[in-house]
Amino acid sequence: MHKSVLIWAAVMGAVLLAGCSSHKPRPTTSTAGTSVPADQSQTSGADTSGAYGAAIANGSGEGVAGPSAGQLKNRTVYFDFDSSEIRSDYTSLIAAHARYLASNASIRVRIEGNTDERGSREYNIGLGERRAQAVRRALLLQGVAESQITTVSYGEERPAVTGHTEEAWSRNRRAEIVYLN
Amino acid sequence: MPARAELQVNVTQGVTDPIPIAIVPFARAVPADGGLDLAGVVQHDLESSGRFRAMQRRDMLSTPTRAAEVQSADWKAAGNDYVLVGRVTAPTGSEIDVECDLLNTLTGQRIGGKRFVATGASLRNAAHMVSDFVYESILGVRGAFATRIAYIAVQGQAPTQHFQLIVADSDGESPKVILESNQPIMSPAWSPDDQWLAYVSFENRLSGVYIQRVRTGERRLVSQRVGVNGAPAFSPDGTRLALTLSGSGGNLDIWLLELSTQALTRLTDDPAVDTEPSWSPDGKSIYFTSDRAGGPQIYKLDIANPRRVQRISFGSGYDARPRVSPDGTKLAVVTREGGNYRIAVQDLASGTVSVLSRGSLDESPSFAPNGATIIYAGREGSVGTLQTVSVDGQVTQRLTSSQGELREPAWEPFQR
Repeated sequence: MHKSVLIWAAVMGAVLLAGCSSHKPRPTTSTAGTSVPADQSQTSGADTSGAYGAAIANGSGEGVAGPSAGQLKNRTVYFDFDSSEIRSDYTSLIAAHARYLASNASIRVRIEGNTDERGSREYNIGLGERRAQAVRRALLLQGVAESQITTVSYGEERPAVTGHTEEAWSRNRRAEIVYLN
Repeated sequence: MPARAELQVNVTQGVTDPIPIAIVPFARAVPADGGLDLAGVVQHDLESSGRFRAMQRRDMLSTPTRAAEVQSADWKAAGNDYVLVGRVTAPTGSEIDVECDLLNTLTGQRIGGKRFVATGASLRNAAHMVSDFVYESILGVRGAFATRIAYIAVQGQAPTQHFQLIVADSDGESPKVILESNQPIMSPAWSPDDQWLAYVSFENRLSGVYIQRVRTGERRLVSQRVGVNGAPAFSPDGTRLALTLSGSGGNLDIWLLELSTQALTRLTDDPAVDTEPSWSPDGKSIYFTSDRAGGPQIYKLDIANPRRVQRISFGSGYDARPRVSPDGTKLAVVTREGGNYRIAVQDLASGTVSVLSRGSLDESPSFAPNGATIIYAGREGSVGTLQTVSVDGQVTQRLTSSQGELREPAWEPFQR
């Protein structure tokens, strides 16, 4: 048995410092080859120790937008293990969102695909993208314009619930319809 | 007061016959050495490799600091095959010298010695370099103690989690947060010159591939195209990134990004998920995961002729996330055994596969730069930890943290 006790005080210190500054977006350092608008990228400069540079990457918060009448308040589509097929119990939910979006052309949504925690992370990004695309295609087929929909796959990185049981996994295998305005 | 978080190294399994060595406390340079017990760091390094057993200090009858002072026969009689002695001196205000001598007690001969010039801040690294010297002198394999690991730490419960990208010494000491976010950070990958880390960040609620200079924090967004931007891997010459892009249609393929010009070249074009590229050391081919035959398997493509794709894995129904060993002869992969996800090594010449880990959710293998050890993410109960296993499966270690879940370790390459 070995007794090394490694203290994370340095880490915690950095967290606290960064926590203070993260609320205040700093000007972006100009960087070659960057294609992101300056107002989206919040990057801190080097820390005072000079040994390492710390960056802070906190995106802006998003309010809860979108319709809440009837089925429209339900925005999560769950999937079976290793499947991106939309189950029959979600067809009417997707149809309701499709009708709403098709008749409100200025409204935009982001479809977020997610997986459970099993398997490798980047491959799960691929599986989550398949789920997001399955919902996107269903919406497009029902008259929603391409310009109204973006997709993102979080793979297993943004679970809805923490846990390592079949119950937790089934709640994490999902696509979420997020209204952006 | 914030809770104290700790990272601990435990050897969970070592070789049955570790090499006995006496690591004698070094002569100190107080106060220039900042109180660092340099020999203690060396002892911890060597013991944590599982290959060595160090003599207890309280059993030492003398504390020589130079080769000429060592009575080899006495140390041999106490059961040691080797003795390491050394001294730390501070000839000037800012410079600290570390010198050491390694002796073989069986022959009584001095095998060799090293001198390192350090500063107070780099003294711990000098200790790791002493460990590397001892390891290589005795085992004939370059040591990897003076290298670092990058990994992701996650705090909090879903759906509100906090993500950090951390760089620490290979023994888990001196952890530094180099990026943090309230959105996921994943897939850290070192540049071959160890100056940059590439990673994926979702800070804009979109995936983006960034590269960040570790020392200064300077960073660049190199890909935020529509759809998936993921799985960055620096080419061995450092000029290009292999990465995964999907476009709006959601078809993940592997692309090459020229870092100086931003020019993109497509490598795979298949309706399946193609991702997780890993370069061969000669830069001529890329191993990757694809589910073009159903479940995920490992494939290899030639950069010069990317349409020439060869299937590499034929084992379980699930083989993913290949990493090529530094000498190019082996692949570390995630494989499914029953319902468990484990780390396996495939010998590329013979095709032989050995499953090295015993967890249920093991993932993200990364080779040490000397190829002797693989670090990966596993679970202890419900907590994500980093674990290591020697490539022969004989030695295992665990790095646990009482604060947060640790993921996706990436071992720094050797500095050239």
